[in-house]
Amino acid sequence: MSSLEVHPAESHKGLLSFLAGLPGVDQVGAEARAAALGTRSIKKESKIWAIDMAISMVDLTTLEGADTAGKVKAMSSKALHPDPADPSTPSVAAVCVYGDLVYAAREVVGDRIHVAAVATAFPSGRASLGVKLADTKEAVAAGADEIDMVIDRGAFLTGNFGKVFDEIVAVKQACGTAHLKVILETGELKTLDNVRKASWLAMKAGADFIKTSTGKVTPAATLPVTLVMLEAVRDYYQETNTRIGVKAAGGIKTSKDAIKYLVLVNETVGDAWLTPDLFRFGASTLLNDLLLQRQKMITGHYSGPDYVTID
Amino acid sequence: MSFQYAPAPESTAIVNIKSSNGLFINGEFTPGHGTPFKTINPATEEVLAEIAQANQEDVDAAVRAARRAYDKTWSKMPGRDRGKYLFRIARLIQERAREFAVLETMDNGKPIRESRDVDVPIAAAHFFYHAGWADKLEFAGYGTNPQPLGVAAQIIPWNFPLLMLAWKIAPALATGNTVVLKPAETTPLTALLFAEICQQADLPPGVVNILTGDGDTGRMLVEHPDVNKIAFTGSTAVGQAIQRQIAGSSKRLTLELGGKAANIVFDDAPIDQAVEGIVNGIYFNQGHVCCAGSRLLLQESIAEKTIESLKRRLQTLRLGDPLDKNTDIGAINSREQLNRIIDLTKSGEDEGAQRWSPDCVIPEKGFWFAPTVFTNVTQAHRIAREEIFGPVLSVLTFRTPDEAIEKANNTPYGLSAGIWTEKGSRILAMANKVRAGVVWANTFNRFDPASPFGGYKESGFGREGGIQGLGAYLTSEESS
Repeated sequence: MSSLEVHPAESHKGLLSFLAGLPGVDQVGAEARAAALGTRSIKKESKIWAIDMAISMVDLTTLEGADTAGKVKAMSSKALHPDPADPSTPSVAAVCVYGDLVYAAREVVGDRIHVAAVATAFPSGRASLGVKLADTKEAVAAGADEIDMVIDRGAFLTGNFGKVFDEIVAVKQACGTAHLKVILETGELKTLDNVRKASWLAMKAGADFIKTSTGKVTPAATLPVTLVMLEAVRDYYQETNTRIGVKAAGGIKTSKDAIKYLVLVNETVGDAWLTPDLFRFGASTLLNDLLLQRQKMITGHYSGPDYVTID
Repeated sequence: MSFQYAPAPESTAIVNIKSSNGLFINGEFTPGHGTPFKTINPATEEVLAEIAQANQEDVDAAVRAARRAYDKTWSKMPGRDRGKYLFRIARLIQERAREFAVLETMDNGKPIRESRDVDVPIAAAHFFYHAGWADKLEFAGYGTNPQPLGVAAQIIPWNFPLLMLAWKIAPALATGNTVVLKPAETTPLTALLFAEICQQADLPPGVVNILTGDGDTGRMLVEHPDVNKIAFTGSTAVGQAIQRQIAGSSKRLTLELGGKAANIVFDDAPIDQAVEGIVNGIYFNQGHVCCAGSRLLLQESIAEKTIESLKRRLQTLRLGDPLDKNTDIGAINSREQLNRIIDLTKSGEDEGAQRWSPDCVIPEKGFWFAPTVFTNVTQAHRIAREEIFGPVLSVLTFRTPDEAIEKANNTPYGLSAGIWTEKGSRILAMANKVRAGVVWANTFNRFDPASPFGGYKESGFGREGGIQGLGAYLTSEESS
């Protein structure tokens, strides 16, 4: 148990008792609240506003073994100009790729939008700290200004919160000036109590963003999970006056879903968080649905899949 | 720019309100013999329709029709056939759900979100649930051959017009009784639409009769000698008057009256969900809920933080056009009720409690009251003792579970209570000691047709819903 020696509970006493003292989350109640907010009816000018806001919050993502520089470059140019037929369409917030393809994305986007790299043995996180730090440093060196790391869920679930904490601290240091998004992989943490604990743990360790999921585990982002993370971010702000961002990643495919998330943000943490600096969608297919809805709102009729690009 | 929600009003095109409405007696709409009155939309003060006022002649005719239907048809019909009618009614309510929801919101002032997601679906659920009982009554624990009582006179309030109708009519019909129902004076429209459903369902004439009118109509109905059973939901004062009126008669009675429920939050509660439960407990339906969690009991160690969270949450409530799908707080049902709320909240201020409301724009027309929180409330204040029946929360604190129980029970009412704690054993211990007919744990204002509802002390007696609710309409004696 070398990990226990490296991360003795004693040195994390304050953290452990803090996490143990967090109020619980009643799952039924949290789900009911998320569902109730999901019934908000967003129409007309508020819908147009929400769609543009959602587009500007997308981390356009490709995280496949089959990814190539060509694929990443094509996606990156779409990220800059999501709808070539309508230059008023905002750019997305960032492209999100594996570390070895950061250079390809950066070549296309320059410094016009962010380039995020998944790191730390994404998606499982099963590697030594040395490997994780090297992974992070290489991505930053290649031009990533945002790092999406995964936490060690194994350590979290065995109660070794100190190990999870120390790893985040170390990765944050390795990031330098790059922003750190900490992926909780809530689909593996299962309970909302765990989601709240992990959110606080990540924020205290220095996360700039907390992120729901890798997209490789089902369920990925859900409304109740995002609600609990937003509540944690809100409470953290109350205590520290620091605003931490939230990224809902995976499983959000339609404009309707995206708008539900914006409502959730608006009514949980307030509209200060309605900016790409503090809320993101990690998604690949969502963007095209947002573009179709945008075209429909402007022209008054639906087009079709051939009127948005496939990159 | 911040995220503004554009108006999203539900269309009123689906409802067809007749300018003048009659009574529903013996399966037909007939003009009333009293002086008609008007029902208004409390959000706009516009007149919606003219409503017939039933006088003694009409009450006699309705009870006569109900008696005839009871003797000739309904009490003799096999349970499985009664069940078929109830299933049919339930499905028709579902089919016309949007129409019911819009009409309820127009006549009552409650947000469409609530009439659409709560009132109408639960009303349909009550008919489905009781339809299932109609042919199984001998297994309900009321003897091997339980019998209906006869003609039931039912008087319902204005806070959940259709839902209270369903709570009354569904069990009465399932058990073989016939009904004369009087909806509240300010909210008669969904009851009249329900009368149309009875016609559509081919319910035998006289099984359901609907008399609109004021308190006089209600009194005549209660005093009618050929009524066997009275079911009343409303104020404690009227409930007491009814009990006096029928003293010495063989009429059976159930009363569901007022409340002043304690919503008790312990320091180990899931606070974010507790805040939602507090909001749902007192601001749901503008606080026009007899089981509303109008007294918040907070453990002192978390009181300050919880009040802060609650106030932040209240800032997001949206007050306004009840037909807007994003409205959380609708209109107060009547000027009379609004005046009562204003009077009681003034007493709160006068007696030294601290008043707070979120910023919200109050529409110019109609009856409105901003969600209000009183802190520094003590047991001695009127706002801690009297039922306000509005969106007004009184916050008290406690130090120990025993003190919470004492304060929760220190009220003439006993309808409902809420307990918020992550500790299961504490929930069970508290639920045993709180004298309230309904105790919710880590939730509030949840209703299910299978779960009995009713009060202790001045909150009334008898239960509605569930196997227990059937007992209010059955006797184990052979009918004479």
